[in-house]
Amino acid sequence: MTEPGQTTAASPKPQTGTGRAHAPEVSAAKARRWGAFYYAEQVLRVMKGYGWTIVMYGVGQPVAYLFAMGVGLATLVDSNSAAAFGGVSYLTFIAPALLISAAVMTAANEFTFPVMDGFKWRRVYYGPHASPLTPEQIAAGQIIAVTVRFLLQSAIYFGVVTLFGASPSGWGWVSILIATLAGLAFGLPLMAYAARIKEDKGQFAMVMRFIVMPLFLFSGTFFPLDTLPLGVRWVGWISPIWHGTELGRVVTYGYPEPAWLSAVHLIVLAGLTVLGWVLTRRQFATRMGA
Amino acid sequence: MFRVPELAAKESPVESAAESGPAQYVITAENLTKSYGDMTAVDGISFRVPAGEAFGLLGPNGAGKSTTMRMIGGVSQRTSGSLTIMGLDPEQHGPEVRAHLGVVPQQDNLDEELKVRDNLLVYGRYFGLPMSYLKPKADELLEFAQLTDKAKAKVDALSGGMKRRLTIARSLINEPKILLLDEPTTGLDPQARHILWDRLFRLKEQGVTLILTTHYMDEAEQLCDRLIVVDKGRIMAEGSPASLIREYSTREVLELRFGSARNATVGAELEGIGERVETLPDRVLIYANDGEAALEEVSARGLRPVTSLVRRSSLEDVFLRLTGRSLVD
Repeated sequence: MTEPGQTTAASPKPQTGTGRAHAPEVSAAKARRWGAFYYAEQVLRVMKGYGWTIVMYGVGQPVAYLFAMGVGLATLVDSNSAAAFGGVSYLTFIAPALLISAAVMTAANEFTFPVMDGFKWRRVYYGPHASPLTPEQIAAGQIIAVTVRFLLQSAIYFGVVTLFGASPSGWGWVSILIATLAGLAFGLPLMAYAARIKEDKGQFAMVMRFIVMPLFLFSGTFFPLDTLPLGVRWVGWISPIWHGTELGRVVTYGYPEPAWLSAVHLIVLAGLTVLGWVLTRRQFATRMGA
Repeated sequence: MFRVPELAAKESPVESAAESGPAQYVITAENLTKSYGDMTAVDGISFRVPAGEAFGLLGPNGAGKSTTMRMIGGVSQRTSGSLTIMGLDPEQHGPEVRAHLGVVPQQDNLDEELKVRDNLLVYGRYFGLPMSYLKPKADELLEFAQLTDKAKAKVDALSGGMKRRLTIARSLINEPKILLLDEPTTGLDPQARHILWDRLFRLKEQGVTLILTTHYMDEAEQLCDRLIVVDKGRIMAEGSPASLIREYSTREVLELRFGSARNATVGAELEGIGERVETLPDRVLIYANDGEAALEEVSARGLRPVTSLVRRSSLEDVFLRLTGRSLVD
């Protein structure tokens, strides 16, 4: 704490209104235009604080998964049914699925607890809320920052996939963008939900257990969706992981799929993203404007 | 006849302020109302704040002070009435209004994952301020908030008083002309409060308009040029601390304690001493211009209080007179 003497000690003036800061009108105009990016900058600064975790997660996870599944399990799978995966190795088959799933799992973290932190725990959103930024811009800023994380993490993941030789097509890099889109398609509706929560009763753990894990397992990740009985296959159809994975397979190894089906995948992912964004904006504005 | 010119002269500054329009008043509120469902938090309050004034909203918890502050701060929509800040309606020009303000919220909402200095830099970015301005400004504000040696510390390592000072430093990053302070010293120890008051006083000296809410009467007396006493969403009284005390209380107060069992019964025997007798559960207050004289009369009536104290009247007494209740429960 402070020394008693400090109270009376002369201290410099903060020089309010010296005219060195630009006029409030300029602040407002800049904020109206760039506000979302100003908030994204803040979130990225916070992320930098756990930057190593992000990088290690980005590198460590694919190495572990690809090695265990793609090399270990694959020796067994490939020797038995080489034709079951469309003539490509098991490693090539699961690599795009793991890439997409990693983005979705990151989404499940980045769009839940930090949102709760913003509204409730440490009330981080209410700082910028008092500045010229709007609630919609705060939401957008967080989305932009997480998108940057998706891109970075997926690029690292894709690099490792390439090192394993699991992306034979020259278009494989497009899977970085697909993973990012899948992350948003899953994450933004979740963000809208997280922004509604007033009391933490372990909802996010439930989301992980009962939504993310089943989607991960039943989205054609480890085996083609067709091999599942029809009664379970719908899980894949509604899953951003499945839509992303199928698209990923098209670009990484030329998985044969009718063009209309690829279009459907893209439309579903884009649709969920837009829907989630709209709901999130609305929820942020309602909750912060009351 | 002689009084006419004097009156005119006295009123002319007010008139000229009114004539020159909203520019003279940085904040005007007319019948400002905010309801949440059936609950009316702010019930038609009106006030105007000229530039450079330290204006206070004094009232108990739940009086509607924070709600009013949130409406002024452009983050809460009013139910009815009108409100302008620097001549702008915060509902139409939210970003423009907020760009004029510095805001110190009731609860600190610093980014605890960022370092002390980074909190200032990041906040300045929300106003689109360039780093070339922000870096020296952040250092200057850390000096002002006596946090220079904590610049690189994480926020969660700071004490409550330090966090509060950092929040005030943060609110000054855009060099605002209006500073909104919602319960700035609640939860701080006396030492930390005095440091904060000193800092706020310096800002006032520089012409910053201070709008503050508090339920501490001493804080209101120390800092405010003028204040409104708010209870249940309504304005009970308005004026400078001294004029409110003059109007609603006596110069001195004699506080007597007869023990909790006897306070109520003794009250009747004290009637007629001073101007007014107020019986509370824990003590009896006698409002008198001369407290010592009143005490002598109490003794003359053969009453022997356990303790007695003569003090100056405060805003607490004003509040008690206006509402029949104490400020801090």
